[in-house]
Amino acid sequence: MTDTNPQAAHIEVRDLTMAYGTSVIQRDLNFTINQGDIFVIMGGSGCGKSTLLKHMLGLLKPSSGDILYSGNSFFQASESEQGAMRQRWGITYQSGGLFSAMTLAENITLPLELYTRYTPAEITDIVAYKLALVGLAGYQTYYPSEISGGMQKRAALARAIALDPDILFFDEPSAGLDPISSRLLDELIVQIKESMGATVVIVTHELPSIFAIANNSVYLDNISHTMIAYGNPTDLRDNSTEPVVRQFLTRSAAAAIEDKP
Amino acid sequence: MSSQPPEYSLHEDEQGTATLVLCGDWQQGQHPANFSHVEPELAGLHLNHLTTDGSALGEWDSMLMGFLLQCHDYCAAQGIAFDIRGMPGGVEQLLAVATAVQPRPADTQEHPSSWLASLEPGRLARELTEYLKESLAFTGEVTLALVRLAGGRANTRFVDFKNFCYQAGPHAFAIISLTSVLVGMILAYLGAVQLKQFGAEVYVANLVVIGMLREMGVLMTAVVMAGRTGAAYAAQLGTMQTNEEIDAITTMGISPIEFLVLPRMLALIVIMPLLTLYADLLGIVGGGIVAGGMGITPIQYITQGETALSFSHVAVGLLKALVFAVLIAIAGCRAGINSGRSSAAVGQAATNAVVTAIVYLIVADAAINIIFQQLKI
Repeated sequence: MTDTNPQAAHIEVRDLTMAYGTSVIQRDLNFTINQGDIFVIMGGSGCGKSTLLKHMLGLLKPSSGDILYSGNSFFQASESEQGAMRQRWGITYQSGGLFSAMTLAENITLPLELYTRYTPAEITDIVAYKLALVGLAGYQTYYPSEISGGMQKRAALARAIALDPDILFFDEPSAGLDPISSRLLDELIVQIKESMGATVVIVTHELPSIFAIANNSVYLDNISHTMIAYGNPTDLRDNSTEPVVRQFLTRSAAAAIEDKP
Repeated sequence: MSSQPPEYSLHEDEQGTATLVLCGDWQQGQHPANFSHVEPELAGLHLNHLTTDGSALGEWDSMLMGFLLQCHDYCAAQGIAFDIRGMPGGVEQLLAVATAVQPRPADTQEHPSSWLASLEPGRLARELTEYLKESLAFTGEVTLALVRLAGGRANTRFVDFKNFCYQAGPHAFAIISLTSVLVGMILAYLGAVQLKQFGAEVYVANLVVIGMLREMGVLMTAVVMAGRTGAAYAAQLGTMQTNEEIDAITTMGISPIEFLVLPRMLALIVIMPLLTLYADLLGIVGGGIVAGGMGITPIQYITQGETALSFSHVAVGLLKALVFAVLIAIAGCRAGINSGRSSAAVGQAATNAVVTAIVYLIVADAAINIIFQQLKI
């Protein structure tokens, strides 16, 4: 694993503009995520949080601007360089993104088989260990459809950490989970992050999660179509100059009413 | 308690001020006046203030709220102050909630209003160009992936290939058996009736053997596989797209083409020629049954059939099988990979896969036949 210098910029988003066809989702996004941060992308429904994540993952191409990982542009890199960058990421998707035709063990085995030189016996042990980390020891032979939504999210996390990644991305990790499972997942994210020294990027609008784990954040506004706040969420709640950000973070009704497509 | 019919009346109190009195039961089963009747009356009064009086109002439900919301919107548009303090408390609250968010402004961009408008030539040409570009790009990507596979650098798993072979092959035996026996019988029957006029019934064996080997065996197999396997591929990949599995594969640094498309395509390439040989054989047997019914002995049928049998007929059929396998796999996988992310889009992808595959098959078959005819094979 790379050495962790806490103040080094790990991910830089520069002048990013995202659009579907001619409709601009967000423009002029500029922010930096430091090594070891737990960074939250927040905003109302439909503001483009997940779209921003898809751009950071290189699944969508920006209309303009760039995203840099450890100082290297992702979109100007060659396909094989992009592949190498992606091997250092672990991602869990909103709907889990587990391969439904494979058992949990096969899901986690796949990246290990592709990118490591472990023997099959070693891989079996590692898979058991990763599943145990997320509290799913013994579920190797289950298919994703046979376990509950919360377990699917944790299984997806086990797959995401299979290669001990430098960056962990989460798309709405606690969506659809009950408050206890959601809190347990938050704790799990923090524990795994601290023990692996990874940088974490989370898309969410769950306030308890935001205040519990994030140390930096960006707020995307769906009216002005750009970021209107950037910083520690607790600071933003108390000191932001943007009323809508304070309303969002204190759950005021006025903010919900403004929630337009 | 018997229900009172819902009624309204409009009283002008003084210049520019009026009261709208609502009485009776405004609920399901009653049929009160529509707002379109009230509107001209309101317009005639030149109001700047409208009050409602609900003191005689009986039971009410969403119908009343729909009426009041229309009144509210009308008053807002005309700059009339609308005062509903005279209504029951619940009405006031519900109206406040319903009017808290401004209605969405009318669309400035025009959507095609009917299916006829969607047939506009410019739009069709644009969509066709898009489609051709997408298909070519997909075919190119598959070709590159095949090159990487040949070089041993592709992330294609043998176990997937094996599973798809199993799904495409043995599971299709029953349907292929049924269709090819019947097609063989139809060919024989059609031919026998015509050949009988010349007393040449025995040549029905030539017709069936050549017809099945070169054309019908492979074409029927391909149509069945397009509907069975091509549609399944589109549905599988479309669902994976919906479930973000394809995103997961891409961000793992794996090419979805190598990982998902190649094993499916290679399975079809292996299975199609085998199924075609099987269909040819059963078709010839089916033809034999009809021939037997027309007084041709099995020995005659086989001896006559043997004279028509040649390696080139079998080879033409097998070559077509290979081409068709690639086309079915490309049509199915392309539709699946490019599918949208909703259940409707997955259904659309499956339909798309079958329709495109059948068009590809017929066009390719015609082209191959013309080429071979020119080459005299």
